[in-house]
Parts: sequence; C-alpha cells; structure tokens
Amino acid sequence: MKKVEIIIRPASFERVKDTLANLGIHGMNYTEIRGFGRQRGHTEVYRGTTMHVDTLPKVKVEVVVHDEAVEKVLDAVIAVTRSGQVGDGKIFITDVIDAVRIRTGDRGNDAL
Amino acid sequence: MDASDTAFIIISACMVMLMTPALAMFYGGLVRSRNVLSTHMHSYACLGVISVLWAILGYTLAFGGDVGGIIGNLDHFLMKGVEGVPAPAAEKLPHTVFVAFQCMFAVLTVSLISGAYAERIRFSAMLLFSCLWLLFAYAPMAHWVWGGGWMQNMGALDFAGGAVVHMASGAAALACAQALGPRMATGQGFIPNNLPLTLIGGGMLWFGWFGFNAGSALASGALAGQALLNTHLASACGILGWMLVEWKRTGKPTTLGVVSGALAGLVAITPAAGFVATLPAMFIGFVGGMVCYGAVLMKNKLGYDDALDVVGIHGIGGTWGALATGVFATAVINEAGSGLLYGNPRQLFVQFVSVVGTWVFVYVMSRILLKVVDGLIGLRVPSEAEFTGLDLSEHNERGYAI
Repeated sequence: MKKVEIIIRPASFERVKDTLANLGIHGMNYTEIRGFGRQRGHTEVYRGTTMHVDTLPKVKVEVVVHDEAVEKVLDAVIAVTRSGQVGDGKIFITDVIDAVRIRTGDRGNDAL
Repeated sequence: MDASDTAFIIISACMVMLMTPALAMFYGGLVRSRNVLSTHMHSYACLGVISVLWAILGYTLAFGGDVGGIIGNLDHFLMKGVEGVPAPAAEKLPHTVFVAFQCMFAVLTVSLISGAYAERIRFSAMLLFSCLWLLFAYAPMAHWVWGGGWMQNMGALDFAGGAVVHMASGAAALACAQALGPRMATGQGFIPNNLPLTLIGGGMLWFGWFGFNAGSALASGALAGQALLNTHLASACGILGWMLVEWKRTGKPTTLGVVSGALAGLVAITPAAGFVATLPAMFIGFVGGMVCYGAVLMKNKLGYDDALDVVGIHGIGGTWGALATGVFATAVINEAGSGLLYGNPRQLFVQFVSVVGTWVFVYVMSRILLKVVDGLIGLRVPSEAEFTGLDLSEHNERGYAI
C-alpha cells in the first residue's frame, strides 16, 4: 500500500476528485492548506503600502492505494493538473504499513 | 423658531448619527478578522457613553456661557434650561435640536480616534480615555471654535469641524499611536478582513456628511445648498486625486484607495464647505485626495502605527482644509469672512494660528490623558490577548464563526 499526497491548485481540485473516482478509488480526503514552493506568494497594496503575502492557498488530496495502482493515479492526476506554470503543485508517495476498516476489522489491502 | 430650519436640522442630526455606525463598518472592515467586533464596539460604545456624558456635562462645557474664552460654564449642566427655548447659537432652532445635532458631532469625533488604537487597546481603558477626552479636549475645542471661545473671537473660520472634529481626532490619534506602540504582527500581516464592509461604511459616511456639512449652516437655505454641493464635489474630486497618484505610483487603482480618497475630500472640505465657491471646493477636494495619500505613507517613515490612518486622513486632510479656507473663503458665499485670494491675507494667518493651536493643545492634552489612563488601568492588553484578538479576549465573541 502506498499513500499518495497530492498538493494542487485549488482550481484543479474538482478535476482531480472526478479523475480519482473514475479510476475506482473508493475513498479520499482533502484539506485546504496554505504554503509556498517556487511560486512563492503575491503582493497586495493597501493605501499605498505593498504587502507580501508569502503563502498561497492550495489543496492537499490524500489517497491510499494498492502498490500497482500508484502509477495509474500519478498519470491521471498529472494529466488534469499540469499547466506547465510554476505553482502546479507536487505529489509525495510514502509506504503505508497497514490499514484497518473499523466497521469489519479488515486489514491491509482489503481495508481500502 | 422656524419650522423649516428645525426640520432640516433634525434630519441633518439623524444623518450625522448614522456616520458613527458607518465609521464602525469602515474601520471594522480594515482590521484583521480577530478584531472586527472590538473595532465596531469602539464606535458603538461611544454612541452610548459619549451621548450620555454630552447631556450631563459635555454640552454645557462646550456651549454654556463663555468663561474667559476658554470653556463654557455650567448653565446647562444636566440639560438644565434647554427645553422649550430657542438655541442661543441659532435663534431659529429649538435648543434641544441644537444639543442633539452637536451631540452627534461629539460622538463621531471621539469614535474617529479609535482608528489609531484599534487592535490593541484595553476596552476599559478605551472607555475611560474617551470620556476624559470629551471633557478635556473636545469640549474646549468646540467652545473655542463655535461656543464663543478665543479661536472664534480671533476670526478663525471652521464651518463644520475641520479643527474641532478632524484635526482634533487626528492629533489625538497621533498621541494614541505613540503611547500604545505598534500592533503585534501576526502571520499574514495587517490585511483588511472585509473590504466590502469598509466600502459600504465609506459610502454611508459620504451620505451622512451632507447632514454634517450642509447642516452646519444651522438653517435651510442657500448656504446649506452651497455646502451640500461643495461637499459632494470635493468628495468626488478626492476620489480622482487619490486614484491618480495611486495608479501612477503602484500601477493599479484600488477600491480602498477610492473610498479613502472620497473621505480625504470630505475631510478637506469640512472647514471650508460654507465659505468657498464651487470650483475652489473641487480643488480643495482634489488636493485633499493627493495630500492624504502622501500623508498615509508618511507613517511608515515616521514609525508610528496609526492602524487605520486617522492622522493621515483626518489630521492632515483637516489641516489642509483649514488652511485652504484661509485662501479661498469669499464673502460672496458667506459674509463671515474672506481669504487670501479675496483681499484678506490676514485670514490665512488666523487659520494657521488655529491649526497650530489645535494640534498642540489636543496632542499634549491627549498624551496627558493617556498617561493617566495607563497609570490607572493600563492602556494595552497583554500580548497573549492581543494575539488571540480583542474580540475574544475583551468581549468573548467572534465576528465570523466559519
């Protein structure tokens, strides 16, 4: 099992959610986050004073999938989020040791 | 007593009353969301406490019989002798209407100062300071300019409160910003939480200002009409002045700039509204917009944290308006006085003296009062409370439960 953390532009979220659903992924979580990468932030001007807002809103989607599904997920997500501009986001993949479905007690891949 | 004058001033008083809730919105939108309610509270608390104190003591100190050109006597203590008689300052109005109209000015002026101490003052300290300031700064100023005091006797022209309202609140704001020190910086910086709220408040202030300036004619008629037109056009030109310099300097015009420019124009025309002709009024508003833009930027250089720019807009805008009155006043509009351009250079000197007198007196008095309040209850909330925000720490409420 692998956990895939996908950090994207908020505007891409609906497309990513639909894409993951079409792949047969049965569950996901998302969080509205703020942060910065190479895009850094932007500037705002209030009464002539320029303020640097150094973090931007992003969405983080987390899914846990079978090992063999990872590449499929990555390809599908990249296909709907890549604009080629700085700020498209990042994806992190980590190993997951185990999983439990609370209702039945299923473990591992069966719990996904 | 005259029925039409009375009706007009009653309506004007109502319009000026609306300026304080409008100011609450204007200021409330500019602070961080953790302080949106406390900033509203500063204005609404003034509506309560300053109105009552005005009736008890403030009015008589400002407009009671003159004592040495300095202060009013206690003839009208606890509203004694105001019922059923004409107002001494305006024979065609019932005394009660004059008291009410002036009460709205006092409330608004004290509320204006809150832009400087927003986001960090202790609520009890704010209340005590506001009460003391009404009695020891506002009442003398109102007496000097309108109640038969030395500035009026000297011939200083202040139609609707360039000195009493705007310079005075600006000077008090400078004192507050310096006495309290800068706000604690947090995360995103000082970014307004709700500019649409600020824009609604600004629009309502513009509306209320017609009661403020035209009503200061204290009668319906040609002078009130001139003040109305001057006020509207000065505000419009204030927008143009601010937008022009802002667009040129930072590349884009902003909504906050437009509404600030309108206020700058309104502040600048306030002392002049019933003394100058229409074209000079437009010039005063236009320059007001540009001057206040520059004045707001000065705080970054001078290092005081006047949170919502009371000094830059009211202090400096009022100063420009008072001096401009000494230049552009004409007896054609109001026989009370002529300025430099109409053959009376002395008027500009008189205006200058009233500007210096107002700034020095109100600034020094405010610093003294702040010192007293700080000694008695402490001006500033603890840093933990400031980080949490005054809404929760001072009032147990949140503006936005989202």
